[in-house]
Amino acid sequence: MPASASRQEPSAHRARGGADAPSARLSSDRRRRPDPSTRQVARGLGWFSLALGVTEVTCGDAIARWLGMPRAGALVRAYGVREIVQGAGILGAHDPTPWIWARVAGDGLDLATVLPGLTGDPRHRANTAVALGALAGVGVVDLLCARALSDAPLAPSEPVRADYRSRSGFPRGVAAMRGAARDVRPRDFTTPESLRAWS
Amino acid sequence: MKALVWHGAQDIRCESVPDPRIEDDRDAIIKVTACAICGSDLHLYDHFMPGMEKGDVMGHEFMGEVVETGKGVNGTLRKGERVVIPFTIICGECDQCKRGFFSVCERSNRNKHLAAKAFGHTTAGLFGYTHLTGGYQGGQAEYVRVPFADKTHIKVPDGLTDEQVLFLGDIFPTGWQAAVQADIQPTDTVAIWGAGPVGQMAIRSAILLGARQVVCIDRVPERLEMARAGGAVTIDNSTESTVERLNQLTSGKGPEKCIDAVGMEAHAPRALEQVYDRVKQAMMLESDRATVLREMIYVCRPAGILSIPGVYGGLVDKIPMGALMNKGLTLRTGQTHVNRWTDDLVARIADGQIDPSFVITHRGGLADGPDLYKTFRDKKDNCIKVVLRP
Ligand SMILES: NC(=O)c1ccc[n+]([C@@H]2O[C@H](COP(=O)([O-])OP(=O)(O)OC[C@H]3O[C@@H](n4cnc5c(N)ncnc54)[C@H](O)[C@@H]3O)[C@@H](O)[C@H]2O)c1
Ligand SMILES: [Zn+2]
Ligand SMILES: [Zn+2]
Repeated sequence: MPASASRQEPSAHRARGGADAPSARLSSDRRRRPDPSTRQVARGLGWFSLALGVTEVTCGDAIARWLGMPRAGALVRAYGVREIVQGAGILGAHDPTPWIWARVAGDGLDLATVLPGLTGDPRHRANTAVALGALAGVGVVDLLCARALSDAPLAPSEPVRADYRSRSGFPRGVAAMRGAARDVRPRDFTTPESLRAWS
Repeated sequence: MKALVWHGAQDIRCESVPDPRIEDDRDAIIKVTACAICGSDLHLYDHFMPGMEKGDVMGHEFMGEVVETGKGVNGTLRKGERVVIPFTIICGECDQCKRGFFSVCERSNRNKHLAAKAFGHTTAGLFGYTHLTGGYQGGQAEYVRVPFADKTHIKVPDGLTDEQVLFLGDIFPTGWQAAVQADIQPTDTVAIWGAGPVGQMAIRSAILLGARQVVCIDRVPERLEMARAGGAVTIDNSTESTVERLNQLTSGKGPEKCIDAVGMEAHAPRALEQVYDRVKQAMMLESDRATVLREMIYVCRPAGILSIPGVYGGLVDKIPMGALMNKGLTLRTGQTHVNRWTDDLVARIADGQIDPSFVITHRGGLADGPDLYKTFRDKKDNCIKVVLRP
C-alpha cells in the first residue's frame, strides 16, 4: 500500500472552508500570495491613485471646468480625497486586494459622473471622450489586477504542508533510484550518434 | 449516467447524460473506477483552448472495468478486465502508430479536417478534449465509450491499486517522455519549469534516467516542497531570479536540458511581460503566453535540448529565434505517445522503483468534481492532484 494512498486526506469540502464565498474573495487575507507581476501592478496602481488624488484635490476646479461641469469642483476634490485614501491603502496594506476592488468601484463611480458630459456642452465633448477613454483604460487594468489578486493562491496551512516532505514517490528513496533507468535510450527520441558530444 | 459536463469558461457541472453505446465494432464500454483532473483540463476550464461545445463530457485520465465490447475487440479485451485508458486514441495500424508515434495517429481523429486546418495535418483523437481532436466524450463519467479499444488500452496487473496505475494514462508517461526526449546524460543539470503533476513526474523521471542535478521552478510553496521530496533543487520564482539561480547552480554554464511543464497559461514573473501577453491575448493577437519558452531559450546551455510537454494551442509571440538558432538548441515536443512507454513503466511500478500515487492530494466523487476543478486551478488547500471515484 503506498504511503499516500493509506493516509486519509482531509475532505475537500471541509478543508476548503468558506474561502470561496464572494466576501472572502474581496476581503483582505494575509495568506494570499499573488505572483510578483500582480503585486507590482498593484503597487503601481497605488502610486497612480496617490498622484491622481493629489492632482484632483489641488486642481479640482480646473478639472471640473475642463470637463464642462463648472459647478463640480468640490465633487472632484472629494474624489481626490478618495483616491488618496485608496492609494495609501494599497501601498500600506499587507494584502491590497480590498483596496484594488475599491478602485474598481471608484472607476464605476467616475465613469458614471463623467458620462453625462457626452450629451452636454458640445465644446467639452471631446474632453469628456478623452476622460472616458482614460477611465476605461485604467478600469480594465484595475479589474485585471483585482481578479488576479482574488485568484491568488493562499499560503499553505502547516499541517498538510509538512506531509508533502515524505512524498518522494520512490519507495526505495531518491539516492537508490538515481540512474535506475539509465539504459532507456530510444533511438528516435535521443540525439543521433553522429551528433553526440565527443566527450 | 452522471458525468462532468463542460458548459463554458469556469462552468463545469455534474449532470445526467445518456449512457454511451457501442457504435463501432472496435468499441468497448468501460465502467470508470477512477479518473483524474489534469492540467490540460484547466486549459479547457479556462477556455484557452478553442473547440469545446456545451454538453461535452470532460476527462482524459481514467481507468476502469470493461463492461461491453464490440465484435472487433473480443480477442483482446474480456468483460470484467481492468484497464487504464491512454488519453491518445490509437488505431495501431496507421503509419504513425506503427512507428510508435501514437499521439499523431492518422486515423483516430474523426474530425481530421478541423485538425488539418489548424495544424496542417491531423493528430490523434483525444478523449474529452475539444472537437479539434475528435470530440470524443471524456472519462470523468460513470461510463465511457473507448474507440479502437483493441489497441487503446493499457493492461495492468491485479496486484497494483487503481491509484498506483491511474496516471499511466497521462501524466506519468508525459513526465517520462519529457525526460527521455531530453536525452539525459549522467553529467546533466535538468531544469524543469512547473511543479504541477507533470513537473513532479518529470522530476522523478529525470532522476531515474540518471540526471546529476534536477532543478524545479515554480512559485507555489507546497508544490516546491513536493519537488524537493523527489530529489530536486527548487527555485521560487516569486522571490528569486530563475536565470541568476540557474546560472549559479551550473557555474554560469546554464542547464544542459530544459523542460517546460507549464504550457500556455504561464505566469510571467515580470510585470511588464505579463501585462504585454495578457493584453495581446485579450486582443486575440496571441493565444498562448510564452514566458517559460523565452526563459528556457535564454538560460539553456548552448547545444542543449529543450523538451516541451507543456501544451500550447495556437500562436505565441516574441520567441527569441536568434538565440535558439545561434545557441544550436534542439527542440523536442508533442502530446505523449502514451502506449509507447507504458509496458516499461508498468514494470517499474510493479518493481517498486516508483509509485506515482505520491502526487495525489485530493479525492472525491463525481459530484465534488466542479468544486475540485476550482480548488485545483486556484491551487487552494495545497491541492496538487485530484482523483475522482465515480
Ligand atoms: N504533452 C502532453 O501530452 C501533456 C499531458 C498532460 C499535461 N500536459 C500539459 O503539461 C502542463 C502542466 O500540467 P500540470 O497537470 O502539471 O498542470 P498545473 O497547471 O497543475 O501545473 C502548472 C504549474 O506551472 C506553474 N507555473 C506557472 N507559470 C510558471 C512560470 N512562469 N514558471 C514556472 N512555473 C510556472 C504553476 O504554478 C503550476 O504549479 C499543462 O500545460 C498541461 O496541459 C501535457
Ligand atoms: Zn492530460
Ligand atoms: Zn494510428
